[in-house]
Amino acid sequence: MTGILVLEQSLNGLQFGLMLFLLAAGLTLVFGIMDMINLAHGSIYMIGAYLIASMALASGSFWLGLALGIAATAAIGALLELTVLRRLYQRDHLSQVLGTFAILLMSNEVVRMVWGSQPIALNPPAALAGPVALLPGFSYPAYRLFIIAVGLAAAGLLYLMVTRTRLGMQVRAGASNREMALAMGVDVRRLFTLVFAMGAGLCALAGGMLGPLLAVQVGMGESILILAFVVIVIGGIGSIRGALLGALLVGVVDTAGRTLIPYVFERIMGPDLAANAGPAVAAILIYVLMAAVLFFKPQGLFPAHG
Amino acid sequence: MAEIDSKPIETVDVPKAPMRLQPGLLDHPLHWRPGLGLLIALVLLPELAQAWGQGFYVGVASRILIFALAATSLNLILGFGGMVSFGHAAFVGVGAYAAGILMQHGLPSAWLALLLAFVVAGAFALLIGAISLRTRGVYFIMITLAFAQMLYYLMVSLKTYGGDDGLSLDRRFDLGFDLGFGLDLSQDAPFYYLVLALAVGVFLAVQRLLNSRFGHALQAIRDNETRMAAIGFPVYRFKLMAFVLAGALAGLAGALLAHQGGFVSPSMMQWSESGMLMVMVILGGVGHLYGGLVGAVVFLVLEEFLSSITIHWQFGLGAVLLAVVLLAPNGLLSLRLKWKAP
Repeated sequence: MTGILVLEQSLNGLQFGLMLFLLAAGLTLVFGIMDMINLAHGSIYMIGAYLIASMALASGSFWLGLALGIAATAAIGALLELTVLRRLYQRDHLSQVLGTFAILLMSNEVVRMVWGSQPIALNPPAALAGPVALLPGFSYPAYRLFIIAVGLAAAGLLYLMVTRTRLGMQVRAGASNREMALAMGVDVRRLFTLVFAMGAGLCALAGGMLGPLLAVQVGMGESILILAFVVIVIGGIGSIRGALLGALLVGVVDTAGRTLIPYVFERIMGPDLAANAGPAVAAILIYVLMAAVLFFKPQGLFPAHG
Repeated sequence: MAEIDSKPIETVDVPKAPMRLQPGLLDHPLHWRPGLGLLIALVLLPELAQAWGQGFYVGVASRILIFALAATSLNLILGFGGMVSFGHAAFVGVGAYAAGILMQHGLPSAWLALLLAFVVAGAFALLIGAISLRTRGVYFIMITLAFAQMLYYLMVSLKTYGGDDGLSLDRRFDLGFDLGFGLDLSQDAPFYYLVLALAVGVFLAVQRLLNSRFGHALQAIRDNETRMAAIGFPVYRFKLMAFVLAGALAGLAGALLAHQGGFVSPSMMQWSESGMLMVMVILGGVGHLYGGLVGAVVFLVLEEFLSSITIHWQFGLGAVLLAVVLLAPNGLLSLRLKWKAP
């Protein structure tokens, strides 16, 4: 029984971690290459989820909605970069906080104007609706397995792109030493727009994947944004590999904490106290993790800046 | 404010250095002429609001002043100490809970509530600051955020004091003596004057502090930490002292906020609240004496005004903030300087 519980929770943790990675990948590149704090990243995730949900509804096909939604969100990301964010790169972090906070407020309100304040539904494709028997006596929702597969595929593609292509080389060069990359003739303006659009597309993918599991609603980006920041700080800002490992670490620790800690506490201190302390300790676990990582390795686990 | 303006500004805090006639880069004169005008306007505000039959705005003004107090405390470390704390709302929340929990246990004394909020928030700031100040830059931002989130989830799970639903306060605290004329703090105007008195007191104290040796050292550390350490200043201790003081003052604001609204909830400690305090400071002007005050007033008045004309007021607020970022890079107060010295 416990073996199955552990297996199920590990799969949940893996799934959550991979989705966090999709968000954190864009954030860490923007942070690492452009040295820019982008609080509006969660808003792009929200907009992506809304676009995918309404396009899936309009076209009647989840897949078409997903593809169109991701493309549209990437375009919005590029547009945002070209019009506003580009002006903030040279400014200090505080101006970036203020500017992107303003964009966060505005996009929340735009979503509320267009779609209303009620959460909207995004249904998973019918083919993936049921559970799949993985082991005798253990079945797992097919849709969650699909999320894991998509997450792994996206991470793999991203890894290949960053390590094996010319564009990826420029991205890495930009993250480890921006001035030198500029001096070597990298067209950083174009690179920034591309990276930003790609990050926005990944956000939309995460939004579309998580949409059927969580509610698609205003403010959905804010809570997950902070988790994504935790991930990139643990992993080391600007490092894709760090973002992946950080995301998996946070995903597994968070999921495991939420199930195991109440269970363990109940054994140790009895049900009354455990009902109070369990959820609290589980919720703060990843922040304790982050504080501990920063205390021992102030640059994160995989610092990108050499 | 009246007792300050009788002295020339240059010698307010540097009596041992009479040679210096002009305030230096690290000095922050009170600008007592506009300051006094503002104070008079604030003192008269409840009377005017009553005269116009808009007594409701006295409560709004109290809330704005409380946020001005909190933003000023953040500006002390953010603007003058160079410490970008992304968890300042946690200290506001700690102060609010200190006041709320006292009330829950049937202790209505305002003195006790304010003192406790100040001390407890300061103690939390000492703990958090002692660990966080070992990191730098972006990592400091994130670690203060992490601690604030921990406190947030702690209060969410503390079912004894309302948990997620928060804590309603039965009534406002009182000063323990009769104010006379049938007045007490449950009315908006006397409460407003209490807030005003505290806000002015804290503001003057912060101004004195910034112009003292400690304040100068703090700003010098902001500008060049390595050099200050090399000269022999205990950099870490100075920063920690400022951090603790700012946390304690935020706690004071929290206690006032709890009793102004009659309600305490974990959402007061959410990261977006910390972000809002930061936005107020940046909006007003980082490292300007009046930055926190101006930022809080502009932000909340704008919020009040826009929400009265449209339900989509957040869009307007965002647009204004964006315009400020693009047009006034160092906050609203920098516009005044630009305009004065073209």
